[in-house]
Amino acid sequence: MIGIVGFGSYLPRYRVKVESISKEWGTDPEAIKRGLLLYEKTVPGLDEDTITISVQAARFALQRAGINPAEIGAVYIGSESHPYAVKPSGTVVIDALGIGPDVHVASYEFACKAGTEAMFVAYGLVKADEVKYALAIGADTSQGAPGDALEYSASAGGSAFIMGKEKVAAELLYTHSYTSDTPDFWRREGEFYPRHAGRFTGEPAYFRHIVNAGKSLLEKSHMSPKDFKYAVFHMPNGKFPQQAAKQLGFTKEQMETGWIVPWMGNTYSGSSPTGLSAILDVAKPGDKIFMVSFGSGAGSDGFIFRVTEEIEKIQNKAPKVRDMLNNNKIYLDYGEYAKFRRKIILNE
Amino acid sequence: MISPRYFREIPQRYRLEANRCKKCRMIYFPPRQYCGGCKSKEFETIKLSDTGKLLTFTVIRIAPSNFSKETPYAVGVVELNDGVKLTTQITDTDPDKLEIGQKIKLVFRKIQDEGKSGLHCYGYKAIVI
Amino acid sequence: MREVAVIGAGMTKFGELWSKSIKDIFVEAAIKAIENAGVDHIDSMYVGSMSGGLFVGQEHLGAVMADYLGVNPIPATRVESACASGGVSFRQAYFEVASGQSDIVLAGGVEKMTDGADVTDILATAADQEYEVYQGITFPGLYAMIANAHMHQYKTTREQLAAVAVKNHRNGSKNPNAQFRSEISADTVLNSTLVADPLRLLDCSPVSDGGAAVVLCAMDIAKKFTDSPIRIKASVQASDTIALHSRRSLTTLDAVVRAAEKAYIQSNLKPSDIDFAEVHDCFTIAEIVVSEDLGFFEKGCGGVSVQEGLTSLESGRIPINTSGGLKSKGHPVGATGIAQIIELYEQLQGRAGSRQVKNAHIGMAQNMGGSGASCVIHILEAI
Repeated sequence: MIGIVGFGSYLPRYRVKVESISKEWGTDPEAIKRGLLLYEKTVPGLDEDTITISVQAARFALQRAGINPAEIGAVYIGSESHPYAVKPSGTVVIDALGIGPDVHVASYEFACKAGTEAMFVAYGLVKADEVKYALAIGADTSQGAPGDALEYSASAGGSAFIMGKEKVAAELLYTHSYTSDTPDFWRREGEFYPRHAGRFTGEPAYFRHIVNAGKSLLEKSHMSPKDFKYAVFHMPNGKFPQQAAKQLGFTKEQMETGWIVPWMGNTYSGSSPTGLSAILDVAKPGDKIFMVSFGSGAGSDGFIFRVTEEIEKIQNKAPKVRDMLNNNKIYLDYGEYAKFRRKIILNE
Repeated sequence: MISPRYFREIPQRYRLEANRCKKCRMIYFPPRQYCGGCKSKEFETIKLSDTGKLLTFTVIRIAPSNFSKETPYAVGVVELNDGVKLTTQITDTDPDKLEIGQKIKLVFRKIQDEGKSGLHCYGYKAIVI
Repeated sequence: MREVAVIGAGMTKFGELWSKSIKDIFVEAAIKAIENAGVDHIDSMYVGSMSGGLFVGQEHLGAVMADYLGVNPIPATRVESACASGGVSFRQAYFEVASGQSDIVLAGGVEKMTDGADVTDILATAADQEYEVYQGITFPGLYAMIANAHMHQYKTTREQLAAVAVKNHRNGSKNPNAQFRSEISADTVLNSTLVADPLRLLDCSPVSDGGAAVVLCAMDIAKKFTDSPIRIKASVQASDTIALHSRRSLTTLDAVVRAAEKAYIQSNLKPSDIDFAEVHDCFTIAEIVVSEDLGFFEKGCGGVSVQEGLTSLESGRIPINTSGGLKSKGHPVGATGIAQIIELYEQLQGRAGSRQVKNAHIGMAQNMGGSGASCVIHILEAI
């Protein structure tokens, strides 16, 4: 059996509401909230970035897994906001956690699916018996251009998963990836904000890749949507994952537990991974989970998990996603938000 | 924060690594080569506790050049559960609501940037729990 | 060791001395001191300065000043102990004369802080770079943490802190060399800009240029030069942990306590024997804490004491900082310790003008570095 032996997430405490952003740019907040099914999003503190978020999420994953960090043989971090363009986030994370130095580290990037890429590779290495445990993290502090539609949703957060073969809490049964060159959203080297192709990001990009990956996953596994207790998809806003679910035949009830985007925003590489984490926080032995991510550019990674008895031993060993989502929030106004997100031009 | 100076302090800043005199059990953070108390040179490496309490603090309003955009921020002296004291910022908090004696926990955060193109420098900060 | 006397003193005005370089400033003070002493040569010299290198790019200040003073080839040494650099300069000079190695030694101090370098960053080099400064602390921040702890433990108030600033400005208004020569009110202090809670701008000593020098001489030849040589009765130094967080207590400066104990033993005196004192009021809280740690007041009572006028020039039991202190006189870091000695010297000779303490026979100068990691104390006596 191969799968997740420990999992953890971290969301910053700061939030900004759709109303605050709307007010700044003269848009109608109610229309935005209705259109996106999104109300507020997480904002990283001035002292937080993808590396600090990864360290915290991974600490929680280690708490749940209960393993010696030195036994982790590979650490992969997927993000579109790695703090360095050249110098992997993983080297800071391993030294912070006491992993290595006999360890393989790499950074992954593929817009919003870099986290699930890390998960796929981590799983593959454990399956190949190349390493005993592999740590995969999806974390982001994504930037939304001022006044752009994505400013309402681009948020910060991350989740970490330790893959292994002993005391597996969620067995990974099947994977499937579906990728093509579909230029729906990108960021050129040196540019501060990304660009996107408007409505082209929908049907030809998000839906095509998620639905195809999802269908292949169902075929491979000889399963149908009703076999699953939970489903989670990449969440760029509240609406898209619900529509994807419908297209694949999943219900609102199956989606509910992992559908955290209305209060979290889109944590990009942390999106579906954090949805998965929210599900694992409450799942019961025997539950099956259907997960498909999406990264612009474009591609989707699909996973089918089956939860084991081990899950109940570890759920309470670290903070849960819903608790972090709902408690201890610090609300910012737009000025504070802009300062935190370094959108203000300084005299440097 | 030039590279070698930053790199040497990583075990302390990232993992709270201290050393403890084998003879008198005195804990030194950062580690020392010589125990002034019992005149010994025998030490073992240990990791500090990450929880403790706030002994004193201030709110910096006029900051050093590389922290100037972060004001106002709180800095304090905390005493960890193993008796070791250190200086650290207190983050994710309203500085005006801090009180001496509050319980704190150390978390991993970015401490400073070496300008626009230098290193990101990480370390520990305290949060109130 | 033989007895040593101070026989001459000289200093520049303290303030923003735009037209004077670090060399100009030191030489001006040194010449004044040498002329005041009436000696025709000096055997050796010490230059106390915290950071000629960081402020003006100039190290090797011993050699530089000996050259510009025209006293090559005498030995000349730069000494440093952050803000106590002046005090250790005086102490090294004292040893050189007391040991018999030299008869006449110049102890000077100088700092040039206004040539454009980042003063906050440079002063922070007196704290623990990797474990205090790295975290974003400043010097006002360190003393502010001491203040908060002192206020928490002993109920010291902001008004008591302000009383120190008011008193020192009142004294400084009578000092022709002081940087700030006007009195200020408690309200002005209490409403000035916050620097690091609870310390405000007027709780903090200023940034200053300045130089000061004194001439030390073996007591047995001092009368050749002056009718009123001032005897050095005690010279003591102590150290404590560099980081504030490593101290035994956040509200007591152990280096001050230890140095004071040794000073009283060395001079066979008690705190109540001291007629007046110059103490290191880099921040108002520092004067309050030091006045307790020198034994003038019970621990915790420093605030109440200054508030009740016990340290005032006019009527205090023990006038403190009659020169105006660092607060009003100015704090060119390396010069401060020597300027304190100069105030003692003038008071003990009865030449302090409108600042004169009545019946001044024994004075104490307490100079410290950083947040109290080093402390130098001298006791001087009129004979």
